[in-house]
Amino acid sequence: MRNAICQTLKKHLKSTSMLAMNYRGPFRVRIDHKPMPEILHPEDAIVRVTRSCICGSDLHLYHGLVPDTRVGSTFGHEFIGVIEEIGSEVTEVKVGDHVLVPFNIACGKCAFCKQGLYGNCHESNPQATAVGGIYGYSHTAGGFDGGQAEYVRVPYANFGPTVIPPDMDPDDAVLLTDVLPTGYQAAEMGGIKPGDTVVVFGAGPVGIMAAKCSWLFGAGRVIVIDHIDYRLDFVRSYAHCEAYNFREIGDVVLFLKKITDWLGADVCIDAVGGDAAGNAMQTITGRKLLLQAGSATALHWAINGVKKGGIVSIVGVYGPTDNLVPIGNVVNKGLTIRANQASVKRLLPRLIEHVQAGRLNPKAIITHRVPLEEVADAYHIFSAKRDNCIKTVLLPSAK
Amino acid sequence: METPENLKHIEGWGIDADPNNEPTYPIKNYTGDDHKRINWERPSLQDQDVEILRSLERPNVTAVFGNTLPPSGISGRIRRFAFNYSESSYGHWLPLLLADRINMVEGIVDDIKKGHFPNIIKERGWPAEWKYNRSGVLKKAAAGALIFGIVMLSLRRRK
Repeated sequence: MRNAICQTLKKHLKSTSMLAMNYRGPFRVRIDHKPMPEILHPEDAIVRVTRSCICGSDLHLYHGLVPDTRVGSTFGHEFIGVIEEIGSEVTEVKVGDHVLVPFNIACGKCAFCKQGLYGNCHESNPQATAVGGIYGYSHTAGGFDGGQAEYVRVPYANFGPTVIPPDMDPDDAVLLTDVLPTGYQAAEMGGIKPGDTVVVFGAGPVGIMAAKCSWLFGAGRVIVIDHIDYRLDFVRSYAHCEAYNFREIGDVVLFLKKITDWLGADVCIDAVGGDAAGNAMQTITGRKLLLQAGSATALHWAINGVKKGGIVSIVGVYGPTDNLVPIGNVVNKGLTIRANQASVKRLLPRLIEHVQAGRLNPKAIITHRVPLEEVADAYHIFSAKRDNCIKTVLLPSAK
Repeated sequence: METPENLKHIEGWGIDADPNNEPTYPIKNYTGDDHKRINWERPSLQDQDVEILRSLERPNVTAVFGNTLPPSGISGRIRRFAFNYSESSYGHWLPLLLADRINMVEGIVDDIKKGHFPNIIKERGWPAEWKYNRSGVLKKAAAGALIFGIVMLSLRRRK
């Protein structure tokens, strides 16, 4: 009798709770039991997560840089999984489909979605108008729980989730939810012309992808700047580019001028965002004192390192307050600045084609596969860049 | 391109317009839809079963939203205050950052109330640091012990 009660209780607990990452404050996360997500809208789906990544932009949350990141949040906007349940109006996917879920939550109907600006949906984030909804990315991005969990609620399931082609490796698929599209769009926004010199700031996963994708747009020379040697070594061989450690080259802008015939790069890509190192004043005011929305060192270098009339493409994530950037030089040099969250759904058909054709091999950047239960260690390893970590995939065990 | 009725009095209106000169293309597939303002067919609306803070810069709550962590406690009060200001105001963002820090303390109190004493060492991933950067941990610990020793020694001498 006692056993039977225990079994029933266990079964009940299993169906009403799940394991999920739980944010407790800057640099503190843990795994916890949380209530199972529910269908809250007729276009919702519940997805059983099969893989979930830690993104470089999750570190901005982890470091406490993004306002309205509430204790108890579950992060994770890069995930794939199997559809377990669908709402009454869902027709485009069905239970059992293995789907990749773009990190942007987009309705597909508003004026911005109709124009392909799926990172700017106007029907997914009540808390802020500047950004659309993003899974597990604070209440500033809609307050949705993310995919670093066994299960996740996926709104607008008719529009966002895309069935993973049967011949595609799930490790490739999970990197199509954010990191590859973001790197690709960074290059696309650079408006690269054949022969252009492209400088990418940051050799993290997005920077690596931006460097790799720059060739697809016809770049003549690709240069990556970072300060982590193992990442520079990786990008050098993975993306066939030049790579320099900014701690060894002195004044970064001067160095770039010298190696580009004293003109500067045609295109500069900021793939770092608010966690940038390399300038003490920016680090102290942006990352330590939070007087800025993160450190704008990479953006500073991008603006000053691009040639006159050049293009600066920004995909690095900054907080919503202000940053110290040399805007006067943007005017004086006649620069074009292009920036956005990647419009994943728009880019997916082309990127799936590139992956299937072998032109892009995103899964090569995965260095760590970690059980979801070890999420705290995984975050620390990624944040502190231990064990040559480039990209971490979390593996939930729910079946 | 036909001149709109209300602009026909402006000589040369739109004469140099070039639809191909779209600096955001192909990032934005220009359709002119945004000129219809907020006039699209809205999706079904999610029920508001918890308090949702709404940006002052929009007229309504979006059709979907996250509902797992409504504002609560002292941090919740500060968040409500913050949403009295627009997204372009420090009055919005700085209180939110303050609320986040207070929320962290609330989280610890809440854990203890539930009989769970948070394992800060584990939550901060220090076991991984010990595994992959043992010498760094030992150096930091030695430096900390040295500073602590110097402070204690100077305090004793003052007495």
